[in-house]
Amino acid sequence: MIMSLAQAQHFVSAPDWTWYILFYFFLAGLSGGSYVIATLFRLRGDRADEPVSRLGYYVAFVALLPCPLLLTLDLGKPLRFWHMMWNTTPGDAGLSFKYWSPMSVGVWALIIFGAFATVAFLEALVRDGKLRLPVVRLLEGALGTVVAVIGAVLGLFIAGYTGVLLAVSNQPVWSDTWALGGLFLASSLSGSAALLLLLLRYRQAALVSADKLIVSERLYSLLELVLIVLFALTLLQAGTFGIAFGFPWLLLWLVAFAGLAPGIYGLATSWLTVKGEEPAAPAHASSVATEVRTPVMTSVLLPALVLLGVLALRAAVIFSIH
Amino acid sequence: MAAITPGRAYGFFTDTSVCIGCKACEVACKEWNELPGHEPAFGDGYDNTGSLDAQNWRRVQFIDNVPDETMSAGQGKAWLMMSDVCKHCKEASCMEVCPTGAIIRTEFDSVFIQPDVCNGCRNCIAACPYDVITQDEDKGVAQKCTLCYDRLQGDMEPACAKACPTESIQFGPVDELREAARQRVTDLHDQGVTEARLYGEDSDIYGGLNAFFLLMDEPEAYRLPNKENAKLPRRNNLGGYLGTLGTAVLGVLGGLIALRRRREPVAASQAEPEAGE
Repeated sequence: MIMSLAQAQHFVSAPDWTWYILFYFFLAGLSGGSYVIATLFRLRGDRADEPVSRLGYYVAFVALLPCPLLLTLDLGKPLRFWHMMWNTTPGDAGLSFKYWSPMSVGVWALIIFGAFATVAFLEALVRDGKLRLPVVRLLEGALGTVVAVIGAVLGLFIAGYTGVLLAVSNQPVWSDTWALGGLFLASSLSGSAALLLLLLRYRQAALVSADKLIVSERLYSLLELVLIVLFALTLLQAGTFGIAFGFPWLLLWLVAFAGLAPGIYGLATSWLTVKGEEPAAPAHASSVATEVRTPVMTSVLLPALVLLGVLALRAAVIFSIH
Repeated sequence: MAAITPGRAYGFFTDTSVCIGCKACEVACKEWNELPGHEPAFGDGYDNTGSLDAQNWRRVQFIDNVPDETMSAGQGKAWLMMSDVCKHCKEASCMEVCPTGAIIRTEFDSVFIQPDVCNGCRNCIAACPYDVITQDEDKGVAQKCTLCYDRLQGDMEPACAKACPTESIQFGPVDELREAARQRVTDLHDQGVTEARLYGEDSDIYGGLNAFFLLMDEPEAYRLPNKENAKLPRRNNLGGYLGTLGTAVLGVLGGLIALRRRREPVAASQAEPEAGE
């Protein structure tokens, strides 16, 4: 009895947010994460990083396209999707926005981020010479930088708020932690870096950025690992660890950990080499790019494993309470 | 009872000490609200309703406290019966998260889901700490007890309270009900029934429940979160967003480090592939 009093009590029923929501979380995370990475490469990378930056903006747009559809199909009344934005209460009609309800905030953030992702997509098409749209020239100077930064902030929000959405409830696991938003964001970033690595083979000009993408992916994986630990610790404290990490969900967590393995392993080995043989590091680094181009293992299988881990992590969090 | 007047807070006082588990409330509710119901749930005891949901707005809980080996008569403590219902919380978790504004507080201070505004996102289901709401599969919207909104507008008390034969369910203005409940619990304590206690009659639980209870055991025995655990969803906004913000800062930092660390070696090696294209 004393034990159970120390634990969080939950008598709620689950909201049946399942497959549509899982894939929405997955794709929204990849969209936001790709936008962020693309912006970092454009603003802080070399001139040679521009191709991978554009690739990132393409991914951000394409991954975002199914999102509204998934969310709408998940509704009990899909044709009333617009009620999220417009309150139709008789006598009290007007815009619907509640800053304390992440679903309400998320709807608006998704619309605004969608506009930024579309602009970045068109801009990338123009810069790649696939489209003629003179208006895009406006984005060449400081305005372009401002737009990219605002879009990246929105991208970070889109990738992370889905975890806060789950937490702002009374569900076991979800509401017992503050770490879900960060966890989803970190795994979105590592997943986006992996997805871009995977797509490099279709964009030869971007291959020069492979090293930087690989290092990014490693650091994001480390961040994700830290957040999984924090997530687990908060659940242990609330007494709901067993719900999220018990069988069969443990299998999904194993997949998530497997997705972290390439990044963590790479990080560990690269640190070891840097310590031991400092002058050899550049030679090693440049060989990574060629490696990415050739073996299927590093350029396809490992990034795919990372992406699978990103999906498995969300599945474990979403399905374990259902 | 005096006329039911808009602008005044109405609710239920459900006194579980006199509930006999007849389920007249469930039947009356289903009849009046034309709720179809579903396959019976077969659990322990005499409860085949299973849980409150879109089809069941009243549910009599049967809590089996029968000891395995009986040494005494048990003094009627063997079964706890309680007619569960939406609590119409003053600070309602469902209303808090609802993104469409479908969940409103009516002129009778009850919590009401407008079926023509709800779009079936199910955020309220994730939020309700009492497992009251589910989605009606045919209508595609979330549904729960309306405190017989239509009957109140017609100056009639809710169907369940009308049907209850033992006055376990009492309907009235919340302030009057609270007074009656405090008197009742004092009387029971005077009679030696010390396990009787009120749940939700003061502001400790979600700012006060308009449908509150007299219980014969700990709240958690009836699947009601106790005071420490009765928390609003919005409590997690700050921590959740701060955790996300911290991760965002570290993530951007990580991205910048990745771009800086390899800058020189990559700058040196990029000449080859670029020249090749």
